[in-house]
Amino acid sequence: MDWGFIFERVMTAAIGPEVIVFALAAIGLNVQFGYAGLLNFGQVGFMAAGAYGVGMAVYWLNISFWWGIGLGLVYATVLAMLLGVPTLRLRADYLAIVTIASSETIRLFVRWRGNSGRTGASEGIGEFARPFYDLNPFDNAARYQFGPFNFLGRDLWVVLVGWILVAIALLLVWQWMRSPWGRALKAIREDEDAARALGKNSYVYKLQALLIGGLIASVAGMLQVIQKAAVQPDTFNPVITFMIWTILILGGPGRVWSPVVGSMIYWSLIVFLENVLRQLPPGTRSTLESTIKLSDFNISQFRFILVGLGLILLARYRPQGIFGSREEMALDDR
Amino acid sequence: MTDEAFTPGLTAGGGGAAALRATEYDNPVAGVFDDVEQVPGAAKPDPILVADGVVKTFGGLTAVDVAHLEIQRGAITALIGPNGAGKTTFFNLLTGFDRPDRGSVSLEGEDISRVAPHRLARRGMVRTFQLTKALSRMTVVDNMKLGATGQRGESIWRSLLGPLWSAQESEVGERAEELLDRFNMSHMADEFAGTLSGGQRKLIEMARALMTDPKLVMLDEPMAGVNPALTQSLLGHVKGLRAEGRSVIFVEHDMDVVRDISDWVVVMAEGQIIAEGTPDSIGKNQAVVDAYLGQHHDQDLSVESPAGGSSDEVGESDG
Amino acid sequence: MVAQGQRDVSGERRIWDGSASRVRIARLMLGLLMSALAAVGVLAIAERAAASEGEQTIFGVISFTSEESNERVPIEGVEITVEGVGSVTTDGDGAFSIPVEPGEYTVSIDPATLPPGTSLRDLDRVELSALVEPGRDQRVLFAVVAGEEGFTDTSGGISLRRVAQLVANGLKDGLYLAMAAIGLSLIFGTTGLTNFAHAEMVTWGMLSTYFFNFYGLAGVIGFLAPLPGPFGDGVPVVFAVVFGAISGGVLGWLINRVLFKGARRAGVALLSQMLMTIGLSILMRYLMLYFFRGGPRQYLEYTAQRAVSIGPIQLTPKDMIAMALSVVILTGVGLYLQRTKMGKAMRAVSDNRELAESTGIDVERVISNVWVAGAALAATAGAFYGLTTVRWDFGFRILLLMFAAVVLGGLGTAYGAFMGALLVGLSISLSTLFIDAELKNMVALLVLVVVLLFRPQGLFGRPERIG
Repeated sequence: MDWGFIFERVMTAAIGPEVIVFALAAIGLNVQFGYAGLLNFGQVGFMAAGAYGVGMAVYWLNISFWWGIGLGLVYATVLAMLLGVPTLRLRADYLAIVTIASSETIRLFVRWRGNSGRTGASEGIGEFARPFYDLNPFDNAARYQFGPFNFLGRDLWVVLVGWILVAIALLLVWQWMRSPWGRALKAIREDEDAARALGKNSYVYKLQALLIGGLIASVAGMLQVIQKAAVQPDTFNPVITFMIWTILILGGPGRVWSPVVGSMIYWSLIVFLENVLRQLPPGTRSTLESTIKLSDFNISQFRFILVGLGLILLARYRPQGIFGSREEMALDDR
Repeated sequence: MTDEAFTPGLTAGGGGAAALRATEYDNPVAGVFDDVEQVPGAAKPDPILVADGVVKTFGGLTAVDVAHLEIQRGAITALIGPNGAGKTTFFNLLTGFDRPDRGSVSLEGEDISRVAPHRLARRGMVRTFQLTKALSRMTVVDNMKLGATGQRGESIWRSLLGPLWSAQESEVGERAEELLDRFNMSHMADEFAGTLSGGQRKLIEMARALMTDPKLVMLDEPMAGVNPALTQSLLGHVKGLRAEGRSVIFVEHDMDVVRDISDWVVVMAEGQIIAEGTPDSIGKNQAVVDAYLGQHHDQDLSVESPAGGSSDEVGESDG
Repeated sequence: MVAQGQRDVSGERRIWDGSASRVRIARLMLGLLMSALAAVGVLAIAERAAASEGEQTIFGVISFTSEESNERVPIEGVEITVEGVGSVTTDGDGAFSIPVEPGEYTVSIDPATLPPGTSLRDLDRVELSALVEPGRDQRVLFAVVAGEEGFTDTSGGISLRRVAQLVANGLKDGLYLAMAAIGLSLIFGTTGLTNFAHAEMVTWGMLSTYFFNFYGLAGVIGFLAPLPGPFGDGVPVVFAVVFGAISGGVLGWLINRVLFKGARRAGVALLSQMLMTIGLSILMRYLMLYFFRGGPRQYLEYTAQRAVSIGPIQLTPKDMIAMALSVVILTGVGLYLQRTKMGKAMRAVSDNRELAESTGIDVERVISNVWVAGAALAATAGAFYGLTTVRWDFGFRILLLMFAAVVLGGLGTAYGAFMGALLVGLSISLSTLFIDAELKNMVALLVLVVVLLFRPQGLFGRPERIG
């Protein structure tokens, strides 16, 4: 087994595009769940909104890619209103139900053949992100190596822009959460009725939190499809939402940095595990093939199985994240 | 005032009514009720809150059916009644947390039966809850600051620009500290509210409510689950509210408490108001005694037995 | 007063103590399943004799070239019939396959099931003949084009026949959905938990039925394989369904016992428990994918049945029997909840947990039984759904429908879930009169949102009480 190679892979992944995309989406979820207590189980829908915004601007409306960013934000806003307006007056479960239902519906809708002229249906959209890469100060096709990190020029550009976006998002969240607005939001998370009794319009606050979180996730979706250079409906599998949840809970909801930390840990683990499994010595490999039906196909399923297992264990034993204090957990009386 | 409330060594044993320092505050509404007829729906000289024909049903069961009720401004009004009498539901209807099927509620002459709870708080009507709602994972001082109304930094855009709200924020902070001081909670300011004891939670909830600078304070069982020493401290604070000119409505079971601090008592049973009167006269009211007996209630109307004791002697309530 | 309460509790406890109630629920489930089994058994044996299974298949893909993208687009839900054998509908990839014995067959396509905006290229090629030789599967081609110029689609409009057929289909889906959704509603009612893993119970029932159908009870364990059925060899679908339902109940019991009973006891917040159900859902779903792989499969029997006409409606016998069984099972559930002590206790706990507890009901036992019964029902629904196609992610595909049903009927009640499921099934089916069949599940989301906007307590629920 080539440990050096695996180390390089893991380190590169730890600051790579996927970590950024999921960190951004988790920052959005942190606003929604970590601070406002909203059960958004359809974060991937917001990512799709952003992604299809940039894709459809180019493919359907024939306008500039840059306008597409605006279109994506508009889509995310519309989605937040559609999901939030009917449910946020009601018990928390209803938002959960509607959002989990919506993300799969969105996927089915964009891949509907009737939409092939607008969304490219099941084929999706390609060739839309050129203007982004035209601005790349690095050589798109060259490889760049520094320390254990190894990126293609185009990815390096995505990573650079991505981390700037993450920094902006973190700064915004930090400022919001230290302001009276954030205080009201946290109060709503702790007890909505108490906040209402004290004159806070909890409905508006929750809508705002859902919207902010959704907008940040839509930016994550844009970045993701820009990096992949394709908008594909099946990228937005509902299970992505729960990867984001796992990441957020891993880092500890309600803390500014946790989405970034969670995303790094999560992807390092996944990349490490998958690389180890793929490089198993032939003997071990064939044993696993015959006993637990290991195959190349199945290795790619491991991340989902781990997400499931991880969510169960985290939710059961460490809902405040792996760094969360036991004390704080004891206060969690929701 | 009562600093000793938090000092275990000075706890007055038993918490009998005699230990209350009723004279610490003047009663600005003394004598106001002298001319008020002691019947359900009686008109008051200067009502702040009026409920008219308020009806609420749950699945065919009438939870609240109040024909007419006026609450006197500046007074402490107690709302009592056996379990399941609809007191909390009525409270929810008055404070906008629930909407009546029929009828209207007006605050200072304006109809508020369709007004959302958060708007009522801004209009000077604030409530607390039977099950205390301390915001556990926020500090005590943050709990307090939350109560302030009209904060500029609570707007999503302005919140991003610190200078727009930082001055107001320090004002709010000062007010919060003053109130914490008054409630003897300054030393807890930076603790998580979730670490407070039950009684301290009641205190912080009341203090937090005062941050809204209310005209009318509605307390849902403010003394429930509070130890006797703290009860007296709380009672003192309630009287303090009246001395400041605020109106108070509170739901309570303990007749000692009701008799000690309330100016007027409203009795509910099976969703209706069955009696109104001064605390002295209400215990003699036959309808009230019947209501409590008929319910086999487990609450305490008698002076002698301590709260939570045997309730088989309920009927012996006196005046 | 207090002492009186104590006496009440101990008095009532005696009734709930012991294994009486557990035995009762087991007996009820067994009884239900046995009677179901007996009914189907007779029919099934006759069926098996009549339609022997083929070695080869007639297969193909229905698709058309999109004008916008110039690419092939598969069409789902087109009905293909092999005369004398049966009919199937195409799956999500537009594919169909019908097992047949070697011989000559007439294969036909039902143009009415083509989506609006598409039609057959050659009007006279509605029927094709296919010669299936031993050892060779036969592909048939139906050319479908975009546009209406070919076949004038008369039955694409609203005809009585079409409406009747859609009502029948909707009723079928609604009945299965009701079985799937009741457990979801009852678990919510008794524990306050929204169980997102309930959909996987449906898949579990479907896959374990498939498993028992192919391998019997122990067929995959190497040295047991030579044993005769039901141990080493596969069992007929009829019995596999029963095993599938039982395995669902066992899994439900296990999940409650291992995961949620401990969580409740440790005071884990409901929200965290909800996240646990999501983790469980993902874990189960991807474990099933791991072992089952992604492709759709079918049971060994009844894969292609000829539909029978009843007036304007066409239904396959397997669907009719499964529908009848669903009615029997759902009636049984209704009677159980109304008449038996445990059933009443379930409703009491749903209604007001504290009150039920104070009258001496052993709430934990009730919850355990709700998990067993709910999971067994969901598994049965899965087994019935599997009569068409077996998929690793089937439950997740209908999760939205289950929630729509439960919310529409009012969270927490079995009756609400039942009525909600029928309404959702019917409205989705009938929606295809107006919208593309591919989008029909979106109707469920619409129903969900509209209900939450205007009547959040559901059609049959009571408004919530605050404070």
